[in-house]
Amino acid sequence: MLYVVIIFLCLAILLYLLLGGADFGAGIVELITPVKLREKMRTIAYETIGPIWEANHMWLIITIVILFVGFPTIYTVLSVHLHIPLLLMLLGIIGRGTAFIFRHYDAVKDDMQRIYNIIFTYSSFITPLFLGIIAGSMIAGEIDTNATTFYSGYIQPWFNYFPISVGLFTVSICGFLAAVFLMGEAADKEIKAAFTRQAKVLNIATVIAGGIVFLAAEIEGISLMRELVTNPFTLVILLLATASLVLLWYFLGKNKKVLTRLIAGFQISMILFAVGLHYFPDFIILKGGNNLSLYNSAAMGKPIITLGWALLIGGVFIIPSLVYLIYSFQRNRSVS
Amino acid sequence: MEDLLAARSQMALSLGFHIIFACIGMVMPFFMATSHYKYLKTGDLHQKNLTKAWSKGVAIFFVTGAVSGTMLSFELGLLWPEFMEHAGPIFGMPFSLEGTAFFIEAIALGFFLYGWDKFNKWFHWFTGIVVGVSGLASGILVVAANAWMNSPAGFDYVDGKYINIDPVAAMFNDAWFTQSLHMTLAAFAAIGFAVAGIHALMLLKNKNKQFHWKAFKIAIVYGGIAALLQPLSGDLSAKDIAERQPAKLAAMEAHFETSKSAPLLIGGLPNEDTKEVDYAIKIPGALSFLAHGDFEAEVIGLDQIPEEDQPPVLITHIAFQVMVGLGMIMMALSLLYFFSHWKNKNWQTKRWYLWLFVLATPLGFIALEAGWTVTEVGRQPWIINGFMRTKDAVTPMPGIFYSFLIFTAVYVSLSFIVTFLLYRQIKAVPTTYEEGKDQKKALTPQ
Repeated sequence: MLYVVIIFLCLAILLYLLLGGADFGAGIVELITPVKLREKMRTIAYETIGPIWEANHMWLIITIVILFVGFPTIYTVLSVHLHIPLLLMLLGIIGRGTAFIFRHYDAVKDDMQRIYNIIFTYSSFITPLFLGIIAGSMIAGEIDTNATTFYSGYIQPWFNYFPISVGLFTVSICGFLAAVFLMGEAADKEIKAAFTRQAKVLNIATVIAGGIVFLAAEIEGISLMRELVTNPFTLVILLLATASLVLLWYFLGKNKKVLTRLIAGFQISMILFAVGLHYFPDFIILKGGNNLSLYNSAAMGKPIITLGWALLIGGVFIIPSLVYLIYSFQRNRSVS
Repeated sequence: MEDLLAARSQMALSLGFHIIFACIGMVMPFFMATSHYKYLKTGDLHQKNLTKAWSKGVAIFFVTGAVSGTMLSFELGLLWPEFMEHAGPIFGMPFSLEGTAFFIEAIALGFFLYGWDKFNKWFHWFTGIVVGVSGLASGILVVAANAWMNSPAGFDYVDGKYINIDPVAAMFNDAWFTQSLHMTLAAFAAIGFAVAGIHALMLLKNKNKQFHWKAFKIAIVYGGIAALLQPLSGDLSAKDIAERQPAKLAAMEAHFETSKSAPLLIGGLPNEDTKEVDYAIKIPGALSFLAHGDFEAEVIGLDQIPEEDQPPVLITHIAFQVMVGLGMIMMALSLLYFFSHWKNKNWQTKRWYLWLFVLATPLGFIALEAGWTVTEVGRQPWIINGFMRTKDAVTPMPGIFYSFLIFTAVYVSLSFIVTFLLYRQIKAVPTTYEEGKDQKKALTPQ
């Protein structure tokens, strides 16, 4: 049953990055959209993301619940030592979620709209930034459970080059995913061209940010790059992701909706997969080497078994209805 | 401010904020499903407009409830890591099921809000029901988790370790049923009265009378029935607490000395130094009867609880009095509504009648918060009753006061924005609905 739980955990993280990422990305795309196109851009974003954004958000809650029920030590160590970035990420989540709905449901469209827009776009940037910082901190090896000072216990774990570079990388991934997603939804030619351009720009940004991550890893003495390249499995995965860049650009030029989405999703999944495979089963790399893994921190016995069953039963309800939700609104949009 | 106090204040603020939005998300779908059903059956456009007007409110509240709930799932660890490390695997079962219920609620809400005229009308109506049922299930599950903190079950505590964990037994702890029942009824009563009060105010302003009257009726029937049932559920809870948490009952009643034929105190200001209650009305034997069903029964007082295990009496007692007092007023108003409905419809158009309901708008929410205070403060100094103290669960990170300040700022501004948005929505009603004359003016789907 432990493996069922682990599969759901990985699935939830991946889906949160892909679906929730496209959702955060909408704010990042808005930030770089020319002002005259923003109004149209917002309408498209609302129509396509509106019906499903709540559901996207749930993957994060599922992740958190799996962690605190199944792997309580991991949840606790993260909560204690990454308190500050978690808090900042939460503020971002609140800001963007509420501003997104408020700007639509405000019965009067006046200057308040500007405030909602500012909150929405900036918190859309902050949330994935800190999400990435948290992810980076988990493998940076700076979390010290025996820390004695405030700095070494609560700042040093996340405030260094590697986590911050992962944060920026996450921001560009989210923006890229959103641009690819929105591109396929736009009917208007002008805006479609704008999204395509942004998808390209953000794709380049993602590649550059990825390079910076490897650079930062070298500076911080994390041998991530070398190990990913020397392991044949992860090397193949990374090569596949890189090779698919060519295909991506080709299909971006051709305006292929489904293919570009599939390739973009594939690339991001492969990156996550390579890193995950490299560290598995370790989940948090601690200073001093006593890593927290999905094995040694699992609440074995009945907690994991019941959690596994709850997830399986939940999955039976959730996955078909979610697919139907997305399918129905896609179909409705193409009909209208 | 010391870290423990800051952490407790932040948690209280977050829960106090979330509870209101969660209750709205839990109850409003049933109101909408009712008006929606009436529209589908009779074609009454008022009912359709009402469903849409309410659903806009629900969208605003739902998102606020969802984000504040997400924050809470993190705050549990950010503020109480020691608690979560041990309690997570034990009481996690309702949370993992709640994840599913909430997911389904979010999916169904997507269908409901965005699905007008896009799906079969009964399928669309049914998605509204699914929103309500899964919202209700979420609420019950979360309260079951809280009940576990009051009535820990499903583990053995040996040498400071929590072993032989059984999450199912933990979920079905002794308190889950009484607490969930009380909370569910409270949610229906609070939202019913609040919604009825807002529509009563509109009726007083002579705006769209038919529309607001129909809205008032749906809300007050739900709220009224819940308010009438609530004392029964309260009685079950009291007897349950007398068994399981005598310290909490003693604090609620400011019952300092163990005694037979214990009096019930109404009002009063407990003095924790002199162990006296000033200005209270005493009903002899009534506490014994309410707690144990026997006027002569002995009720354990705070004197039998070690000093370090006693909850704060003043706050718990006052919160309890407020909850019961407001509950009684709401019950009386419910009786007034049902009486006027059957015997004297004439009253329902009178200003004094509507004013009574307008004044009652916030009562349910205040009672809700007071009740929450009773159960949380009354459990102190424990976070897991009898096993772990709140002070031992708090995060080692210093400076929680700043985090408390940030959260306060966020919640205060969110409350202002939500109130402001709601005000604008309500103000927009006359311009969006033309008393059903102009059919095209029915709200366009959003």
